[in-house]
Amino acid sequence: MQEIKNYTINFGPQHPAAHGVLRLVLELDGEVIQRADPHVGLLHRGTEKLAESKPFNQSIGYMDRLDYVSMMCNEHAYVRAIEKLLDIEAPVRAQYIRTMFDEITRILNHLMWIGSNALDLGAMAVFLYAFREREELMDCYEAVSGARMHATYYRPGGVYRDLPDRMPQYKESRWHKGSDLKRRNEWREGSMLDFLDAFTKDFPSKVDEYETLLTDNRIWKQRTVGIGVVPPEQALAWGMTGAMLRGSGIEWDLRKKQPYAMYDKMDFDIPVGVQGDCYDRYLVRVEEMRQSNRIIAQCVDWLKKNPGEVIVRNFKVAPPSREEMKDDMEALIHHFKLFSEGYSVPAGETYAAVEAPKGEFGCYLISDGANKPFRVKLRAPGFAHLSSMDAIVRGHMLPDVVAMIGTYDLVFGEVDR
Amino acid sequence: MTDTPATSAEAPAAPSTLAQRIAARLGDKIISASESFGETSVEVLPENWLAVAQALRDEADFHFEQCIDVCGVDYLSYGDDEWDTRDVTSTGFSRGVEGRGAGRFKWGETLTSEHGSAAGIKVAAIPSRRFAAVAHLLSIKNNQRVRIRCHAQDDALPVVPSLTGIWPGVNWFEREAFDLFGIIFDGHPDLRRILTDYGFVGHPFRKDFPLIGNVEVRYDEALGRVIYEPVTSVEPRVGVPRVVRDDSRYDQAQAEGAANAAAK
Repeated sequence: MQEIKNYTINFGPQHPAAHGVLRLVLELDGEVIQRADPHVGLLHRGTEKLAESKPFNQSIGYMDRLDYVSMMCNEHAYVRAIEKLLDIEAPVRAQYIRTMFDEITRILNHLMWIGSNALDLGAMAVFLYAFREREELMDCYEAVSGARMHATYYRPGGVYRDLPDRMPQYKESRWHKGSDLKRRNEWREGSMLDFLDAFTKDFPSKVDEYETLLTDNRIWKQRTVGIGVVPPEQALAWGMTGAMLRGSGIEWDLRKKQPYAMYDKMDFDIPVGVQGDCYDRYLVRVEEMRQSNRIIAQCVDWLKKNPGEVIVRNFKVAPPSREEMKDDMEALIHHFKLFSEGYSVPAGETYAAVEAPKGEFGCYLISDGANKPFRVKLRAPGFAHLSSMDAIVRGHMLPDVVAMIGTYDLVFGEVDR
Repeated sequence: MTDTPATSAEAPAAPSTLAQRIAARLGDKIISASESFGETSVEVLPENWLAVAQALRDEADFHFEQCIDVCGVDYLSYGDDEWDTRDVTSTGFSRGVEGRGAGRFKWGETLTSEHGSAAGIKVAAIPSRRFAAVAHLLSIKNNQRVRIRCHAQDDALPVVPSLTGIWPGVNWFEREAFDLFGIIFDGHPDLRRILTDYGFVGHPFRKDFPLIGNVEVRYDEALGRVIYEPVTSVEPRVGVPRVVRDDSRYDQAQAEGAANAAAK
């Protein structure tokens, strides 16, 4: 009789725990992984090539669609690269707004992560809790840009417009009425900054709620403690960044070490793990939410006190205001040229990186002096993380692969680009 | 900001910038080490690619323990434009509809666009070799970054040594550059396509590969399966011509911006 030892299974591309379109070819011995071969690219849209055929500003919207749960951080890397080549700097208020929205984005991302990761590992309720707060922050995205997710809000030279004076309120409906409606609108009486002020005061108690559900949860610990241990040397060799690196005990955060926007003025801490397992990375991300909340509070405080310009008044790069455009021929011409031809960026190359929620998101931009980029390379943290899959899950059990996919915090929009 | 070393462990007599230190240490192995926008770039020949990478990783002064990114670049048509805006007044005008640059040609057509020919215009120097591999390194210990670039010597069969032996994490990045640009990484353990479809033909990020692609898929009723066909459903459609501008308004922009700021 022929004896079959190892066998191969196909995990995905349509598996609910694969976080999108990951096809994972697993070679198993019983339930133990012998080899993992991730097949990616099912969501490849050629973003980098598309960007080569469009004026610079028209690709900002593509950046939102890369890592579609941390939209504004991707925009930030791209916009910073253009600003570097153009040698312009956004006004201070715009830098504060960017810092604030980067942190809002980080919380949005980590909420999505904590919910879906817990769901993968069998804890249903966390998802519902996390989405409650996600909704509030998504409303901020909508209030400021008009879109809940794909904001296209950051522009070279600043941000598209200033923060709104009032926060949209819930209307009475079959689902929201009476005291419930009043509670929902309680924070929304004033401006967006008032709303965020109320949010930041309340949010730590919400993080406590998630922690109550998970941190000491026996099942959660059984699924994550000692699973997917990444030693620091391995984390470095595999190009890991963000929470994957910090979970292994390396204190590295671009916001502190190579600060951009207004991070050097912010008071916050970098959490690091000890063991480098899934549980440590969970703790790191939960703490990051608390730290992001601190940063948002500091930005809100500053923004309330300091009104001002939010985009450079350089009409070769940023459009004039609507009023000016209706009034002044030069402004009209500038507007027309900007929205048809765009602006030419001096020849050169640069690499701009931001600490995105998932790790280092970088944009390597080569310009040859044209109104379109010559080459854009987007360095996605998830791509580097996923490439280490085989090395990390060897010898683990099949269910640990799911824990590992969760802890990588994968989003295929950025892995496949 | 990216290359200021946090720790200045080197001797006081040592050259100050990273580019100078790299040039001093690896002078014979590199073509050039330069600095722009506060970033350090090093040009390397393929035969020295591994030795330079190894030195940059292992030597205490550099200590680039992380390779953040490796990507391919195709320098075909570098500095070309589709819209002649330079001598419009003396010779009539160009409508910018004829050049076939990125996104404006089909499969089988060739890319046609012109390199700034008019006198007195600064145009970007075209690299003599078409394909390059560019790696971005990060030193966590010294808090510095460097970019190393290696032009493949043969445009028809671009080959660059693989860095997988030095940083295992470049594995997928090199697979991606192979897939999208056709750059062959010599010594790579598993050089398969990664982002494109199984059985894909061509290297889609090359400048002479059309933006609309070469094949499209549809479900065939008769055969009862999805089939591949040459692209017919879309036309190349890029409205905005590519234009290189280097005229006075870009010099003015800075001054105007400053004046506006002052007026506010």
